[in-house]
Amino acid sequence: MNLKMKALTKSPWVYHLSTGSCNNCDIEILDCLTPRFDLERFGIQLVGSPRHADALLVTGNMTLKSMPRALEVYNQMPKPGVVIAIGTCSLGHGIFDGSYICPKTVDEVLPVDIYIPGCPPKPEAIIAGVAKLLNKLAGK
Amino acid sequence: MESLTLKYFGYFIGIGCILTPLAGMLASWVDRKVTARVQWRVGPPLLQPFWDFVKLLGKETVVPRGSARTVFLMAPLLGFSAVALVSTILWSTIVHPETGFVGDLIVVLYLLMIPSMAVILGGFASKNPIASLGASREMKLILGYELPFILACLVAVIHTEGSIRLGEIIIYQNPETYGPVGAKLSGILAIIVCVMVVQAKLTCVPFDIPEAETEIMSGPFVEYSGPPLAVYKLTRMMMLITLPVFLVILFLGGMHFQGWAILWSILKVLLFLVLVTLIRNTNPRVRIDQAVRFFWGPMTVIAVAAVILALTGN
Ligand code: SF4
Repeated sequence: MNLKMKALTKSPWVYHLSTGSCNNCDIEILDCLTPRFDLERFGIQLVGSPRHADALLVTGNMTLKSMPRALEVYNQMPKPGVVIAIGTCSLGHGIFDGSYICPKTVDEVLPVDIYIPGCPPKPEAIIAGVAKLLNKLAGK
Repeated sequence: MESLTLKYFGYFIGIGCILTPLAGMLASWVDRKVTARVQWRVGPPLLQPFWDFVKLLGKETVVPRGSARTVFLMAPLLGFSAVALVSTILWSTIVHPETGFVGDLIVVLYLLMIPSMAVILGGFASKNPIASLGASREMKLILGYELPFILACLVAVIHTEGSIRLGEIIIYQNPETYGPVGAKLSGILAIIVCVMVVQAKLTCVPFDIPEAETEIMSGPFVEYSGPPLAVYKLTRMMMLITLPVFLVILFLGGMHFQGWAILWSILKVLLFLVLVTLIRNTNPRVRIDQAVRFFWGPMTVIAVAAVILALTGN
């Protein structure tokens, strides 16, 4: 494994992108950063600009309006970077299935690397998912 | 002459560009670990700042369309080289107090301002409204804190009979003869002012108005990515160690490296470092007008009082 990938797995900075969630998944993400779960142990930080990000945390349905914006944010993220889809909404459509506002799922718009199911997923599930992704990257 | 130039160049590379960044990473880890413990967390591992830096080096550099490309990419290097130079001057004076040149205190004061200037340049060059907003706030902050900072540094100069050579200031504060400036009443006042200014120079929390992560998303850095961002972060880490060392030289009699004195020296630097961290963890952010008023009001008054006390020998 090269140094670049290793460094990436040691300090993934995440950018939080909501593409039309009910806000519950977002609260669970913030939960991960609280002292109880303390993601900084793994070097994970929440950053405010997609330019600093190594991972996009996408929550919620991909609505029609947020489709071009999500692509824009993805393109703004410097590569190498990964996309993490969080919540049942972003895996399929969840409770919004059949709605006219979401013709596509998240992974039809962005190249998703890992899916974390749950409505909303528990912080433990999110951490486990991220850890699996890091292992996968480290194995490459 | 040539060999002297070569020697100083070697100092610059060895101390400024290698040792200080490493020390800075360590300081940054201390800062983050203390923060984590204050918030009842475990905190990052020891190598975290190093990995952050290496990772950013390996990322893609995005230059926003319409930005001033050269300035955008050069600004981080400007800040980095200024801090590297300052740390070279400081460390070589600490090790050999009898060397150095007349007025190096003034040079250091100037150079310490350049990293903030670099942030401003980078912010304005990146053609992003948020970055411009952050840069203009940084500018106001500089206007605010420079006056009390220079007044507070003057206290050390007055105590050491008007010497503006850092080496002389260190020698003068020898515990057997004069004792550290920080043990005097005026010295204590000056330290209070300086710690506040250091807080603003590092844009740590009560004065992180230019970066305000929850409000303007890290301000001037918003468009930076990859290696330039890595250099900015490294500059910040180096400032985190350089500024406490500077304060230790001015007010606590410098650092010594013989036997047990080395422990005491490290403790002195840690004292300032942890103080800055604790202040940043226990305070809310103020507005820019409040910050400028704070520095021009109470802090300048305290600094002037310290200067007057120092002139009367207290
Ligand atoms: S998965 Fe559930 S909690 Fe998450 S955004 Fe969708 S509806 Fe809300």
